[in-house]
Amino acid sequence: MNVIVNGESVQLQDGIENVKDLLEHYDIQDKVVVVEVNGNILTSAQHQSTRLSDKDRIEIVHFVGGG
Amino acid sequence: MNNRYSRQELFTPIGKAGQENISRKHVLIIGAGALGSAGAEALVRAGIGQLTIVDRDYVEWSNLQRQQLYTEDDARNRLPKVIAAKNRLSAINSSVSIEAIIADASALELKEWTQNVDLIIDATDNFETRMMINDAAQMYGIPWIYGACVGSYGITYTIIPKKTPCLSCLLGTVPLGGLTCDTAGIIGPAVNMVVSYQISEALKILVGDSDSLRNKLISFDLWKNQYSAIKVEKLKKKDCPSCGKERTYPYLSFENQTKTAVLCGRDSVQIRPAHPVVRDLEALEKTLQKQGGTVQRNPYLLSFSTGSHRLVIFQDGRVIVHGTKNISEAKTLYHRYFG
Repeated sequence: MNVIVNGESVQLQDGIENVKDLLEHYDIQDKVVVVEVNGNILTSAQHQSTRLSDKDRIEIVHFVGGG
Repeated sequence: MNNRYSRQELFTPIGKAGQENISRKHVLIIGAGALGSAGAEALVRAGIGQLTIVDRDYVEWSNLQRQQLYTEDDARNRLPKVIAAKNRLSAINSSVSIEAIIADASALELKEWTQNVDLIIDATDNFETRMMINDAAQMYGIPWIYGACVGSYGITYTIIPKKTPCLSCLLGTVPLGGLTCDTAGIIGPAVNMVVSYQISEALKILVGDSDSLRNKLISFDLWKNQYSAIKVEKLKKKDCPSCGKERTYPYLSFENQTKTAVLCGRDSVQIRPAHPVVRDLEALEKTLQKQGGTVQRNPYLLSFSTGSHRLVIFQDGRVIVHGTKNISEAKTLYHRYFG
């Protein structure tokens, strides 16, 4: 399926079905992130239960510590 | 009166009244690295009344690429960052009262500093300190502005007690590991972009224009050309230990503080004694000269090089061990040379 991640169109391979899969795909599953799907903000408990669909708009923000 | 603030006063949302407000405000900046340098310069140029800036570190050559207040002389002299910062900031705007504090922000000190300020700018390089700032800010009802960057990526969020979620609501826990300036580097524009967001928000708060605050978690990557701004108010937790009803301010309690830290951007470990001490650096210099290796001293610190390591000790007993990221190795060296 085709989704928009942080404003960029991305073709997702088969097997990426929910937000948790997506974070693993980007190898950021261990980071502290905030994810929004189609304008709805998710708690981390909702990552696995939130299924992705074609044309979803996803924003992923990860927290960093440098400064 | 000269017209040094005329362009800022011509900007309608600030105006003369706003400038008056700005000139009466006291801002606390925790950290005088890249974010702290740029943020402090912007606020001092904007004409705040009082600035307190805190940092535990001294200027090094690897800072000069992005930490805009510092010069080659500062690096050569290993000047504590806040001393070098104050010198430069006072030259930029002598009407601002500037307090420079050479210290590692501990819970006790943070509480003390926070009580007397209108706003806190986060310019730290670690989450542990940020969580302490977050608790202290909630305790005294002071707004603070989170900002961080690594590589070409930056992130910022304005935290207003009783209104927005706090950092603890957003993070849930203190993030461990991940990329740092050490592993991923950092470019100047990412720093300045974060600071631009932070100081714009700061000016809104200082003039009292809270309606104009952004209310979104901002992140961007200047190299990958990405940007996102998301609403996070739904993440405010009623049972948050830092801002909820039954709050306990856990990050201000002693047992939640580590006494060692790997420093961002450098192959170094900092070690703090459990209780503040006053070191006799002159006496220490004499002792260390007998150990072999090179000893250098200025009024604020002593630097001792041995083999591939360099140990720097400050008057308050803190030690920075360069040449290792390994905390136990650092502790070994610390105990070997400083007892």
